[in-house]
Amino acid sequence: MKPRDISALLDEPACAHNQKAKSGCARPKPGATAGGCAFDGAQIALLPIGDVAHIVHGSIACAGSSWDNRGTCSSGPNLYRIGMTTDLTEQDVIMGRGEKRLFHSIKQAIDSYRPAAVFVYNTCVPALTGDDIETVCKEAAKRWGTPVVPIDAAGFYGTKNLGNRIAGESMVKYVCGGREPDALPEGIEREGFRVHDVCLIGEYNIAGELWQVLPLLDELGLRVLCTLSGDARFREVQTMHRSEVNMMVCSKAMINVARKLEEAFGTAWFEGSFYGVQDVSQALRDFARLIGDPDLTARTQALIVREEARMQAALEPWRARLAGRKVLLYTGGVKSWSVVSALQDLGMKVVATGTRKSTEDDKARIRELMGADALMIEEGNPRLLIDLVRRQQVDILIAGGRNMYTALKARIPFLDINQEREFAYAGYDGMLELARQLCLTLESPVWESVRRPPPWTRPLTHQPETATRDGPAALGVASMTSALEASHA
Amino acid sequence: MPEIVKRRKALSVSPLKASATIGAALAFLGIRRAIPMLHGSQGCTAFGKVFFVRHFREPIPLQTTAIDQVSAIMGSDEMVVEGLRTLCEKSAPDLIGVPTTGLVETQGADIRRAVHLFRQTYPQFDATPVVPVSTPDFSGSMESGYAAATQAILETLVPPATAAGTRPGRRRQVNVLAGSHLTPGDLEHLEELIELFGLRPLILPNLSDSLDGHLPETDYSPLTLGGTIVEELRTLGDALATLVIGDSMQASADELAARTGVPDFRFAHLMGLDAVDRLIATLAEIAAVEVPPRIERQRAQLQDAMLDCHFMLGMSRFAIAADPDLLVGLSQMLAGVGAETVVAVTPANAPALANLVCDQVKIGDLEDLEIGARARDAEVLIANSHALHTSQRLGIPLLRAGFPQYDLVGGYQRTWIGYQGTRSTLFDLANLLLSLEKGAIHPYRSRLKQWPAEGSRGDLGEAA
Repeated sequence: MKPRDISALLDEPACAHNQKAKSGCARPKPGATAGGCAFDGAQIALLPIGDVAHIVHGSIACAGSSWDNRGTCSSGPNLYRIGMTTDLTEQDVIMGRGEKRLFHSIKQAIDSYRPAAVFVYNTCVPALTGDDIETVCKEAAKRWGTPVVPIDAAGFYGTKNLGNRIAGESMVKYVCGGREPDALPEGIEREGFRVHDVCLIGEYNIAGELWQVLPLLDELGLRVLCTLSGDARFREVQTMHRSEVNMMVCSKAMINVARKLEEAFGTAWFEGSFYGVQDVSQALRDFARLIGDPDLTARTQALIVREEARMQAALEPWRARLAGRKVLLYTGGVKSWSVVSALQDLGMKVVATGTRKSTEDDKARIRELMGADALMIEEGNPRLLIDLVRRQQVDILIAGGRNMYTALKARIPFLDINQEREFAYAGYDGMLELARQLCLTLESPVWESVRRPPPWTRPLTHQPETATRDGPAALGVASMTSALEASHA
Repeated sequence: MPEIVKRRKALSVSPLKASATIGAALAFLGIRRAIPMLHGSQGCTAFGKVFFVRHFREPIPLQTTAIDQVSAIMGSDEMVVEGLRTLCEKSAPDLIGVPTTGLVETQGADIRRAVHLFRQTYPQFDATPVVPVSTPDFSGSMESGYAAATQAILETLVPPATAAGTRPGRRRQVNVLAGSHLTPGDLEHLEELIELFGLRPLILPNLSDSLDGHLPETDYSPLTLGGTIVEELRTLGDALATLVIGDSMQASADELAARTGVPDFRFAHLMGLDAVDRLIATLAEIAAVEVPPRIERQRAQLQDAMLDCHFMLGMSRFAIAADPDLLVGLSQMLAGVGAETVVAVTPANAPALANLVCDQVKIGDLEDLEIGARARDAEVLIANSHALHTSQRLGIPLLRAGFPQYDLVGGYQRTWIGYQGTRSTLFDLANLLLSLEKGAIHPYRSRLKQWPAEGSRGDLGEAA
């Protein structure tokens, strides 16, 4: 990929980060960098397309330690779970045999697995040696009669976020518009019930949570032409250009897709989230608003009233158990506010939220939700997070999986909210699962056990009134929770 | 000696190989207060981190030189220097390991020169050892990368006996060069065995002290929580002997012997009665003491288990996919109880493969394992967690071994070695075979018998 193309992708007019001098895509710092590369981002964005052979063109590190490690689910084909890589050897690199190996690899994948299409992901080594994957893909598609799509996202091009955009760009450039949508099945549409075509962009069906949302959309008469990319099929991606409204789900990562589809096909789009009762309702309202079909609007309103009443009753017992508990939320972007409202719904108190990837709009919404003195964490290294938990007497840390074992080592209750998680929190029913998981960890007896020193040791900080008792003060982690605090008073 | 079948197909499907780069990172994670910094783009590190976090269920310190477009083309020495400075300033580690990736090796980076440049630029950090090692992912596998990093640690941190004044036998210490096939659970057991002989073990790299999954008192550390202590590497030259576990550690063993003159005893693995007998006899000789009764008891227990299990394991058919040392150990152990390794797959060639007990070994992936297991009617799979789908498609059970094991808790802590570890492996394998109900004969209904038609009176359902 040429530097010019990369700069064009980094300049995203629809992204609020663009207006600021400090870009969301700054240069990484050696020795102090976390997070994935462009290849990582591209692979994550497209891997959930289930009937595609995903070939990683490169040496083993790219695919070898990353294949089949996401929580994304498919209702049908499982081809995406099979890792494929050209596994370049030293000889391939030295002798320049990468392109040839790739060409034969594409044939092998088509012969053995009959995929709907082949996606080829470029990586650092062949990008540096100059393999022309675009031409190889074009030739292979011609020769073997199967679509072959190049995704030129070598790791050193930039961050994970850039990789997401490259992936989206490739879909718009090579796949969208490839065919017209199937006709609707007979007998669905009737007087006062017209079906509208929509797309969800940036929804990955983690833990199958898309399946908690689809029944709602079906009921309203919204046909999801394609989800990019949770539980998607190649032939669905080909029809994305016919969508009436696109929803950017909970992420700015593929905002370029929504913008490009708007430019090319005039498709309206909005940003929303399926986390929290309020947000699910809002997303449904936004669909109705942009489509402007009065029947749909009426159906949407009725569904929202019914579901909210149901959730009100279902969440009541959980609210009693969670009310007043303090949360530190460390995640990025839209999730920084969408999850805040979900937690407040449950009666919890969010003492601080991470805003590393949030836009100015996101921050304004956080202030609206949490008050003017809302604590926002711009840069969150583990030390800082742990200290904040202690200082604010936080009950639970909610963050991405990579922070999980750090939190557990510090004996802090933790809930995983990112891509690797195993539970579905989206949709109305997702809130019940969220409440259950929060209670499961918060009310667990293990926290008291892991904070208690062995009965035969004397407390490290000598306090006369606790010296004879087995208190958590002994470990110097006394101020962990208000409950434990009280036991010392 | 088995026939070694090299890779013939273009595409690797369901890869078995993990890179040499993260193998090197793993070796550095066995050093106390250390951090590996992979010299490559940031994804190499992010993937490696997730790989180890999911296997060990521990926070994993791992950093990157974060090669971007500019440094990929214009040269990356500066990134190494800046990365090392940042790590030294932020967390003052006891050791920084710098494994290279395919990207920078393709670029032609000279990692030793970059470290030299760092030394010149920031002499204030001279006390912090930095160990560079060349481990491009287009060559070798996890096992070879781990071995290369261990050798690099020895070259950088163990002074020659003449310079350091060390003398073999000054301490009642036994050095252990531990290969990558050993789990933290294995190392813990080995440590106990050595201590039972009144000897002091010094393990390098010591994953049993860093990644054994313990809850420390300190709430957070950006560095490894335990492992071999860098200071103690100087005492390697004073030891009575060195035990070398794993064929992949041969070059490290040569290096250590050349530097210190400490005699060494080399083992391909420590699984099965024969291998463990040799270990115990060696320890008794080094320590010049009798074998403790407790160990004799463990030996007798293993012998009994071998008798009990040979009914299930005899003539049973295994398909194994693993790095060479682990593969050799498993195949020899299985042969010791009359079981057959009918399919053997390994990600990269190695001299150790000559010692495999099977007809043929394939340099390949899990697709090769699946095809082979189907063709040769394997009954049980032994491989990493990725082989779960393979075993489901084949409809046969899987025993998880090697890296990564992400779909169960505590795989890293399993003990495979010694009399005890061998015994529990035999029990597990025998139980998997029992679950196949091999002896069960399908009921035969003779048309000539005077039995009522099925579903009529007299069925159990009726009686209930």
